[in-house]
Amino acid sequence: MSSFTELDSEIVPVDAEPRRVQGRTPWQLAWTRFRRDRLAVASLVVLALMVVFAALAPLWAHWTGHPYDATFPKTALDPSGQPVGPGRHFWLGADQLGRDVLVRAAYGARISLVVGVAAAVLASVIGVAVGVLAGFVGGVLDTVLARMMDITLALPYLLVAIMLATTFQLTSVAASVSLTIVVIAFFSFAAFGRIIRGQVLSLREKEFIEAARSLGAGNLRIMAVDVLPNLMAQVTVLTSLLIPTSIVFEATLSFLGVGVRLPMPSWGSMLGEGSDVFQTAWWLLAVPAFLLLLTTLSFNLLGDGIRDALDPRGDRHSGKK
Amino acid sequence: MSELPEGLHALPEGLHAATARPAEAAQDDVLVSAEGVVKYFPIKQGIVFKKEVARVHAVDGVDLRVRRGETLGIVGESGSGKSTLARCITGLHPVTSGRILFEGTDITKLSKSGLKAFRRDVQMIFQDPYGSLNPRRRVGSIIGDPFAIHNIADGADRKKRVQELMELVGLNPEHYNRFPAEFSGGQRQRIGVARALALKPKLIVCDEPVSALDVSIQAQVINLLKDLQDELGLTYIFIAHDLSVVRYVSDRVGVMYLGRIGESAAAEELYERPRHPYSAALLSAASIADPDEAERAERIVLIGDVPSPIDPPSGCRFHPRCPKAQERCVAEEPALVVRDGDAADHLTACHFPVEPGEVLAHEHAGISQVSTEPELPEVEQ
Repeated sequence: MSSFTELDSEIVPVDAEPRRVQGRTPWQLAWTRFRRDRLAVASLVVLALMVVFAALAPLWAHWTGHPYDATFPKTALDPSGQPVGPGRHFWLGADQLGRDVLVRAAYGARISLVVGVAAAVLASVIGVAVGVLAGFVGGVLDTVLARMMDITLALPYLLVAIMLATTFQLTSVAASVSLTIVVIAFFSFAAFGRIIRGQVLSLREKEFIEAARSLGAGNLRIMAVDVLPNLMAQVTVLTSLLIPTSIVFEATLSFLGVGVRLPMPSWGSMLGEGSDVFQTAWWLLAVPAFLLLLTTLSFNLLGDGIRDALDPRGDRHSGKK
Repeated sequence: MSELPEGLHALPEGLHAATARPAEAAQDDVLVSAEGVVKYFPIKQGIVFKKEVARVHAVDGVDLRVRRGETLGIVGESGSGKSTLARCITGLHPVTSGRILFEGTDITKLSKSGLKAFRRDVQMIFQDPYGSLNPRRRVGSIIGDPFAIHNIADGADRKKRVQELMELVGLNPEHYNRFPAEFSGGQRQRIGVARALALKPKLIVCDEPVSALDVSIQAQVINLLKDLQDELGLTYIFIAHDLSVVRYVSDRVGVMYLGRIGESAAAEELYERPRHPYSAALLSAASIADPDEAERAERIVLIGDVPSPIDPPSGCRFHPRCPKAQERCVAEEPALVVRDGDAADHLTACHFPVEPGEVLAHEHAGISQVSTEPELPEVEQ
């Protein structure tokens, strides 16, 4: 039925003004397609709310009077020492030390978003640089960079991450966040770089590259003016899909205690702490797990939406009825 | 042809001064010449330590001269080395050996800055009007690229010059901010022509500039190129596999086969009196518009495929498929020289050139040719 209503809007009245054809950039066209994708738009809204939730974390702490690292033994723990569940004072309950889960989840959202986005962006910048150099310059440089990426992909990332965390013994939150970002980016850029390299290898054979060369353009100019703009669609999609992976990566590291330094809460470390007592306090797992799921799912759906919008040739409904 | 650019009559002034030359240039005013140009592409095997196992003899000893203001057509089948030769002449491919002289300077030995200066004088028009324009850039930016690369004009000046060029090639200057995808194939090829003209080159190498276009659009683009040549005194090297197109645009024509030039002559001379058996076969395969004449025409059908350029035949490269081949053709390579009774610029690389009026065998397996292939028209049209 819905296809009929869609058709109706396409029927143009006979006396309608002739539509003026207007040139639109590829990005404008993509945005038009993106807006029609309800799932992707919904994901964008969810993520926007998540950003607000994270950005206003100090406000939640102020309103509830519960800073993220303060314990409230009198109000948050019952007489037997068990944390209280969701209620009037603690909307999403308290943890076993008597801290407000809502406030901690908001601060955790900050960590997840910042680390996820920063690591994904860093990984894509390195990945694009390495991929373009390897693919475009070729020769020995290509061999070296391609093998380097293979080696990176072969490293056991958790072991290396744990080793780095124990080696550096970082005490400040900022330093531990930075190290986490660098570690995630280091282990993500190779997969990214490989895809970009493949793209560049096919772009390099295009006639417009040859045309630029015949005009006298140097390698740097060709890479910046002719190669990079043709990679932007790919890069956008890959980066948006790398963000949820990085968020999960961060959660994993923090869960294992080698990510973001305590007492700064992170969804991963909240899951780690909550797993000790989840039989009596389910909300300690449910809240961070739900937020993690919602965020990564939204980012994934958003990434899919961006891909569909940027590549209209792809069959977006394949496999779906 | 209704789309012929009106802008031709309102030429931007700068274009006249630098390049316009009298069409009747001195007979021996050679603009570019190739001497024994060879281009091999190595075939490598191995993952880390690559070893050259074979080489493709794409261009294998080509001599040619192009006079200022004329059009040299180059015809040949796919894989005959036409495009590689074009890329050697424009300096896009380094040659394996041989010299390419442009106004007396050997461009194969140019330094990086010398090459950049050379690129201002020699431009290229590409085959694929879709692949040769960056889809992510606006037309103004594409045509303005030469100015940006050579730091010639920028800002409002560049825009003005680009719009003059757009007018010159028959595009609407108001479409300055459009993307290539918003243009038709013929219009896109005009964009490519405008880009090639931007630096006021002396030589334009056209690599099958119309073979990707509709026939009606082909005529428009070819006429545009001819008009621009008259106006700007351009010299063209025009590569195509469409024989009638080449005949229409060229002053002289060279026929390529497996990396060599088999015959070269003034266009009419070559089309009326081909001396090389391959030229004769190639021309006999061209379609003839008049059905009565087409019925009378004798078609020479060659047997077998073009041999692999990895391991070209000895002696004359055409001998395995040539109806007139003899032992001498296997052993000795014929030189590209004037044959008996020909005009001074009619060169043929054949020991036994076709005599005027001679009828070649319809189907001839040539010498030492073992082939069970069904007969196929070998010429791409």
